[in-house]
Amino acid sequence: MTPRRKRFAIALGILAVVGGTTALVLNAFQSNLVFFYSPSQIVAKEAPVGRTFRLGGLVLEGSVKREGVAVRFEVTDTATTVPVQFSGILPDLFKEGKGVVAQGKLENGVFQAKEVLAKHDENYMPPEAAEALKNAAKINAKTATSVVTSP
Amino acid sequence: MIPEIGHFSLWLALGMALVLGTVPLLGAQTGRADWMVLARPLSYLLFFFVAFAFACLVVSFVGHDFSVRYVATNSNTALPLPYRIAAVWGGHEGSLLLWVQMLALWTVAVAAFSRHLPAAVAARILAVMGLIAVGFLLFMLLTSNPFDRLFPAPPEGRDLNPLLQDPGMVIHPPMLYMGYVGFSVAFAFAIAALIGGTLDSTWARWTRPWTTVAWMFLTIGIALGSAWAYYELGWGGWWFWDPVENASLMPWLLGTALIHSLAVTEKRNSFKSWTVLLAILAFSFSLLGTFLVRSGVLSSVHAFATDPLRGQFILAFLAVVVGSSFGLYAWRAPEVGIGKRFGLWSKESALLGNNVLLVVAALAVMLGTLYPLVIDALGLGKISVGPPYFDAVFMPLMAPTVFLMGIGPLARWKNAELPAIALRLRWAAGVAIAGAVLTGVLAGEVRLVATLGLVMAYWIVGSVLTDLWGRLHPHGMDWAHAPTRLRQIPRALVGMMVAHLGIAVFCIGVVMVKTYEVESDVKMLVGDSTTVRGYTFTFDGIKELQGPNYVAAQGQMRVTRDGHPVADLRPEKRIYRVQQNPMTEAAIDSGLTRDLYVSLGEQVEGGAWIVRVYVKPFIDWIWYGCLFMALGGLLAVTDRRYRRAAEAQ
Repeated sequence: MTPRRKRFAIALGILAVVGGTTALVLNAFQSNLVFFYSPSQIVAKEAPVGRTFRLGGLVLEGSVKREGVAVRFEVTDTATTVPVQFSGILPDLFKEGKGVVAQGKLENGVFQAKEVLAKHDENYMPPEAAEALKNAAKINAKTATSVVTSP
Repeated sequence: MIPEIGHFSLWLALGMALVLGTVPLLGAQTGRADWMVLARPLSYLLFFFVAFAFACLVVSFVGHDFSVRYVATNSNTALPLPYRIAAVWGGHEGSLLLWVQMLALWTVAVAAFSRHLPAAVAARILAVMGLIAVGFLLFMLLTSNPFDRLFPAPPEGRDLNPLLQDPGMVIHPPMLYMGYVGFSVAFAFAIAALIGGTLDSTWARWTRPWTTVAWMFLTIGIALGSAWAYYELGWGGWWFWDPVENASLMPWLLGTALIHSLAVTEKRNSFKSWTVLLAILAFSFSLLGTFLVRSGVLSSVHAFATDPLRGQFILAFLAVVVGSSFGLYAWRAPEVGIGKRFGLWSKESALLGNNVLLVVAALAVMLGTLYPLVIDALGLGKISVGPPYFDAVFMPLMAPTVFLMGIGPLARWKNAELPAIALRLRWAAGVAIAGAVLTGVLAGEVRLVATLGLVMAYWIVGSVLTDLWGRLHPHGMDWAHAPTRLRQIPRALVGMMVAHLGIAVFCIGVVMVKTYEVESDVKMLVGDSTTVRGYTFTFDGIKELQGPNYVAAQGQMRVTRDGHPVADLRPEKRIYRVQQNPMTEAAIDSGLTRDLYVSLGEQVEGGAWIVRVYVKPFIDWIWYGCLFMALGGLLAVTDRRYRRAAEAQ
């Protein structure tokens, strides 16, 4: 084999690895990116149906109901709330009135959570939950001004 | 007074680092021997002042000096002594100090063990390490001083995060940092070679043991972190593809590539510019990891920083280091050259293939880790890239890597005979496939993905055995000389075989636990029992327990199999008094072929508890595999030729 053909073969091999990986990455991105939605977005029907996404907000006070291994609670961004269904053990720092992020799918208006994400310390607010509250605060502010200006 | 002395000591260390980073380097460029010889004493002084500052912080922690803000935030009078010492690296400032401490340790090690190097080379290497120390010391002193005072001093500290109050905390960060920072040595060697313009197989022989030792520590550090997550987070996972884990995996992948590339450079004087590039990349990814973990862009147990200035400083430092070293590389690499040519079918090609695969895997991990951050920074929304992405990308890349791992050691340098290798490995291939199917049958279920994974593992074992057989019986069966030949195998080769077997052990662990684990969350009243995979777990109730700084509810769980007692497990739910956080402490009965894992959820109506009961087959093999890899590294660096080189001095 001539040196030129050899170099060509090696370059081709590297190209195949890189190309193959790019295809893998694109494919994995297509099906495995998890988007985030706030309760308000879900109520406004912006969230996809039948696809996994993340929901963030605060656990509504007094909404946690245990039935054996199953648990129901509501997540709020102070403007709207979404009911969540989960089965299993909640993370240690899951508390009413505290921030939470759940991952799962929306089915018939109930968020079926596969995972409720753990926080690592009591003061920490998951960024997704913080975002949801910020957006809801904007909506609340808007409605407030509109009430004032309308006769 | 002690904190002020420690603080002052850090400034002195910065002074030493500044002189170390400039004078010997200029000396090497201008050929002034009296400037070059300063490198060694300056390295010792740098180490001394950093270690002194470190000791001051330890004293402040041990003596409960809550007038130091960092101590007040991370300690408490009820905190047991080992955790008070480990709390030194339990927060942002202290973990940076640990980083610098490790860097100083590596610098002093290079200074002590580099007497066989030409003066100019040693001066350049130590100077580069000094410059890195300047960056980190400045970062610490300007944005994250661990000795900041708090006035008035609180009577009591806020305590260490309960998650960190674990023996793992004492050992995981130092090991991991030894590894991370250790790549700075290979980096310094590479930069020194680029500045000097000479890079040959001698250079590779000097660099190799340093890289292998760093890689060894990183391997152990990652394994410890994984084992810690497994028993401390209370839900039995061992790897989450968390950005912080990825931050340590990326340098590991590049370090692995670097070790192999250095072998080619040493033996064949080939791959030269590629090796230098890998050395730069490995350390750049260590810095990237530091940035990810320490800048506060991530939210996790590892991220402490909230001050945006800190993130900006690390990012700027990262940009300077990466930018200048790549600039230097682009300028000088043509002079270094790529080195000797090799045939298309050769050991070099197999190693090049693996190098490319490892680097591409590291880049794919980087993409998945950084993508959500970039999208967020651009204001395009919040997304997350979870384990499915990494599984889908990482696994297909590792399959060919492992396949090549079986071929590489048997292929000859320069030109290998493809049919001869195929002939030698036919048994390995056959045994791998048969063994994988048989394992599936024994486990009770043959699954495609699991079988593929096991084929990979057994393929490595088969290849290592074939290699060993070929070395013991080079001219047909000859048991008489086999013991002599066994002793004559260089230790570096034995190290390689052990490390490769480690990958096999690791693969077996991963495949078995992924395929055959059983997880169940059940509600249990006192006296209830549940059976998982033949093991019967009986719940005998809860006991109250007083710890040094927590109260705990301790579950009493009896495990039997066919009526015979197997284990008594005592999972705990702890409330730490200061931070009032609940913490789950899992109880695990470890075994060679399975772990029994029990953790307590919450108490529900009627005094029942939600209990998590897992049976995890072969999970410990994941960490045994890592230990094998590290042991392989240890064997390789204790090879005779390095000792001979040391004696020849």
